[in-house]
Amino acid sequence: MKEIIQDIKKRFNCTDEVEQSKTQAYITVQKELAVALITHLKDIKGFTHLVLLTAVDWIENNQFQLTYMLNNPTKKIDLGVRIFIDRETATMDSAHHLWEQMATYQRELKEMFGIDFPGSPRLNEQFILEGWDNIPPYRRDFDTLKYAQETFFPREGRETNDPAEFMKKKMYPDEEK
Amino acid sequence: MNDIIVKLLWTLLGLFIVLNWGLLMGATMRKIVARVAHRYGIPFYQPWLDLIKLYSNRSSISHGVMFYLGPVFRLGGGLGIFLFLPLIYGSEHFSNFSWAGDLVLILYFQFFGMLGMALGAGEGGHPNSVIGITRGLGQFTTVELPLTLAVVSIALQYNTLSISEIVAAQQGGFQNWTLVTNPLATAAAMFSLLGLFRHAPFNLVMAPNEVPIGPPTEYHSAFLGVLRTNGAILHVVEAALFMNLFFGGATHWIEFIIKTFLIYFWSVFVGVVSPRFRIEQSVTWFLKIPLLIGILAVIIFI
Amino acid sequence: MSEHNKKDMNEDKFFAEENKKRIVTGPDGVQFEVDPLQDYFCDKRPVAKDPKQKVIEKFLNWARAESLWVLGFGTGCGSIEIPPLLTPRFDAFRYGVQMRPTPRQSSVLIISGYLAVKTLKRAIRSYEQMQNPKYVLALGSCTINGGMYYDSYNTINRLDYYLPVDVYVAGCMPRPEALLAGFNKLKERIKAGRAEGANDYANKFDWYKANQKKIIKDWNMPDYNW
Repeated sequence: MKEIIQDIKKRFNCTDEVEQSKTQAYITVQKELAVALITHLKDIKGFTHLVLLTAVDWIENNQFQLTYMLNNPTKKIDLGVRIFIDRETATMDSAHHLWEQMATYQRELKEMFGIDFPGSPRLNEQFILEGWDNIPPYRRDFDTLKYAQETFFPREGRETNDPAEFMKKKMYPDEEK
Repeated sequence: MNDIIVKLLWTLLGLFIVLNWGLLMGATMRKIVARVAHRYGIPFYQPWLDLIKLYSNRSSISHGVMFYLGPVFRLGGGLGIFLFLPLIYGSEHFSNFSWAGDLVLILYFQFFGMLGMALGAGEGGHPNSVIGITRGLGQFTTVELPLTLAVVSIALQYNTLSISEIVAAQQGGFQNWTLVTNPLATAAAMFSLLGLFRHAPFNLVMAPNEVPIGPPTEYHSAFLGVLRTNGAILHVVEAALFMNLFFGGATHWIEFIIKTFLIYFWSVFVGVVSPRFRIEQSVTWFLKIPLLIGILAVIIFI
Repeated sequence: MSEHNKKDMNEDKFFAEENKKRIVTGPDGVQFEVDPLQDYFCDKRPVAKDPKQKVIEKFLNWARAESLWVLGFGTGCGSIEIPPLLTPRFDAFRYGVQMRPTPRQSSVLIISGYLAVKTLKRAIRSYEQMQNPKYVLALGSCTINGGMYYDSYNTINRLDYYLPVDVYVAGCMPRPEALLAGFNKLKERIKAGRAEGANDYANKFDWYKANQKKIIKDWNMPDYNW
């Protein structure tokens, strides 16, 4: 594992490697070199299995983080490739020529986060949401509770059994008053 | 004039008995299948309740004239078989309208009902109905083949096409039954019986687990009620047809009930432990051994 | 009666290209107009059918209650509790409950669990194809007040604003015994003559449709699916 990461760091100028365990590691790479790195990992280093492609919304830094999880079936190790892209104009190169199921992952990210992958097949078709005209719902500035309360008719009289509230009431009953 | 009205009333009484016995027999068979599967099963009165519920539905959708007439044709086929079949041999009340050539007429009525309903279901507009019809008619054609050969064989054997005379020739004890005197024709017909009663392994067309459940996909409310009524009548009269042709007929009602029950039980007995054949498998199955036995049965008597 | 103003259907951004009204040239050169969304059978509102006289209706309700045909449409996570009902341990056939594959032949629609907006569109289509009298059995707490998914952007919170519900069965998910108790309660309700969901739907049709169209924004089907 360590040799693979050292080799990739020299070739593609990666930063921030994290070894989560003996079989799982993460590295960060620049957006322009990302597809080249993934192609190198797939064809030469033996990471032929794509596990997933997901995104994280870092609204404080105004960035999206894309994570490509790759798996090496012979050596049985996982490697996560992190890419940071800008949040306002969120686009990324499409990698559907490497694995065909990338098109589905990219379609989901387009619908849920608004990240564009130009060239990906069937990118703009409705996937999980039908008839959606609001901002992409996985972004952190979308208030889903407020949206649910406005659109669907909530029923009154809903009680919560939140454990934190329950313990607070039990242990500090005087603080309520 | 009076005799024909009296005879009509006796025939209607016979139809009433046959209909109720058909519903009860259907419920009993489902209960037996359920007991084999180690559960209690439906109560005995369930088919009557299903029919009452279907007929009392407050709304129904019709897709046109042929859709409306489809179940009517099917019921016409079932009633046609019933009217020309002597139920109890020797009784002038329950011999219905049987006459000289009724064997061929009954074979015609079997196919006629199915064709009429196929036309009706085709107008339903549901694509699954059409798939079901093509499957059902394809299977039915090959199912009829061994039966027709067996019928030709016993027509040659007894030199007659009237069911009453065939029954008359089988009276007088076990040794005169067609089962004993012409076992090849009986074997071919019993194979074909498995396909006629639409139990496993040949129940692909009407099984609800198959999404195209055949012709009744779009039928509902009173239409489905008519189809189910016909289904009950058809079970009994087909078993009675086999009873008259191969097993010596019945001279009173107890014998009729026992024999039709056992003949229907043969198909459930095979079906309860068998999975389903696909249509192409069942068509090729019928064109192998049952067809061979049927051809042998005809050749012997030429 | 269509609440969709046909004039601005072309500006609706969810309106698919192939559903628009257009002029088509036939094989022999004849031009004719084609309107894919106009259904030649689905062009009327539903009509409430009155029940018959008291004694006859009591008998018919008894027969309907003892022979419940359920549509085999698992709408949510609660539908995993329905196959155990058909196994020998719980055996719903004793109670007259049978599964049918098409909505035309069934009289009970089981909404099991949460109902996404996508599924609601299909459930409405199935419900409207069932025949009068029809009943809805709602399983799980997601149909009552949103349950675990009350703050989700994609699931509804109250089922009875979209479909007329007869019996709610609480739980997450209710066990098969609870589901059988729910069926018994439905039978009592039918026998008492209070389960008139289809007539309710026909009488308050505009209100139900307004609620449904508020959340289903790409309405590319007839207003009432006969």
